[in-house]
Amino acid sequence: MTLRTLLRQTATVLRKDLLLEWRRRSRLVSIVLFGLVTLMLFSFALDADSDMLRAGAAGFLVLALLLSSTLGLAESFRIEDENHALEGLLLVPVEPVAVFYGKAVGNALFLLLMAPILVPIALVLYNVDVHATQLLELLGLWALAAGGLAAPGTLYSAMTVRVRSRDVLLPLLLYPLEVPMLLAAVKAFGLVLLGDPMGQLDEWTQFLVAFDVIYWSLSGVLAPYVLEEG
Amino acid sequence: MNRLTTRLTWHHALGAVGLALLLVGSAFGLFQAPPERHMGEVSRMLYIHAPHAMNALLIFTFAGVFAVLSLWTAKARWDALTAAAIEAGLVLNVIMLGTGMLWAKPTWGVWWAWDVRLTTALLALLLFSGVMALRSFVEDPQRRAVWTAVTTIVAYVDVPLIYFCVRWWRSLHQVQSSPDTVDSAMVLPFRINLVAILLLSLWFILMRARLEVVRQAHEQAPEPAARQVAATVG
Repeated sequence: MTLRTLLRQTATVLRKDLLLEWRRRSRLVSIVLFGLVTLMLFSFALDADSDMLRAGAAGFLVLALLLSSTLGLAESFRIEDENHALEGLLLVPVEPVAVFYGKAVGNALFLLLMAPILVPIALVLYNVDVHATQLLELLGLWALAAGGLAAPGTLYSAMTVRVRSRDVLLPLLLYPLEVPMLLAAVKAFGLVLLGDPMGQLDEWTQFLVAFDVIYWSLSGVLAPYVLEEG
Repeated sequence: MNRLTTRLTWHHALGAVGLALLLVGSAFGLFQAPPERHMGEVSRMLYIHAPHAMNALLIFTFAGVFAVLSLWTAKARWDALTAAAIEAGLVLNVIMLGTGMLWAKPTWGVWWAWDVRLTTALLALLLFSGVMALRSFVEDPQRRAVWTAVTTIVAYVDVPLIYFCVRWWRSLHQVQSSPDTVDSAMVLPFRINLVAILLLSLWFILMRARLEVVRQAHEQAPEPAARQVAATVG
């Protein structure tokens, strides 16, 4: 198996998932709507206090991403579980690692696509003023956070989709794992939104990059065992 | 049967020696070691807390190694050892967090602080509990072994974080102490308890792993054979 074949198979799996989503558009719409509802609920939980909402905007945004992600992640393998589609895919044959990376990249893209909708709405709802450069920085950080969620989330959804109580198990496994990413993303988002007088943004960004590198590599190594187990 | 009895005796010897050492170490810690200058009598809690903490990290490391071996060899015994080590690590983790909170209230003034060391230790508890929760939902033994190993390896990433976080970030929790800076009367009960809890943990792991192997045999065997295995163990 050459790297080129692997990349081609990954791209094929990704294209298949994107095409399916384009035809239905249900997953993206539902996770964006869920994210919006979450952002709104945070406002009510704080009694719509503008100062507290502005101070907590970074945390609420990252939490909205985390909570919505489980909906999309769970769905990514559910479509393969129906009618044993995954088995068929592996018999084509597609390498399990290509299936995993194709789906993980697809999930990362779905989570990334939430940003252009959720971020501006959150900034308006929470009364946070930002410049264009800050917005770009936020989108970059969102991509890193989405990546940190997508790799382990895809790995776990491949397992939890095949058991009873899958809707409980995925968050149960994923949320504790994502706490370091959550802390780093909240800190980095906060530094972008509220100012960074001590120049700490680079360190938190590096932490997010390291988190992504560790989990994209580790999940890629472990995913074939999970997928081949059927 | 003789071999089984010999192995059981050997396992129980670990537990008996561990328990005896724990009693001796705790007696030294309670009655012989001097109270710490600033913390006073509450410092004696550390003879239980710190050995549990160190052993929890060690036992989770064992679980990580067993998980790799389980994936590598696909042998049921490594899966049983992985599950047993996680259970032992969870027990140690709960005792570590509980004794830590009992120590924190009179020392820091709060039961719990969202300090990086405390947070990562709590995460380990949640992560490895998640592994056991997933395990309980999977009925196929091979699938259960693979998924347990995979989730254990992923969860293990938190363990080095627990150890190094106090050096990497500002923390309320102290960094690792050196025996060179501690009175020898304090080092002795600490070391005895460290060995004692390790032996007790190993005993627990071996017993639990054995039980798991028997349970798996019971699951897989047809009814009469299962009864035979149960009768052999009983």
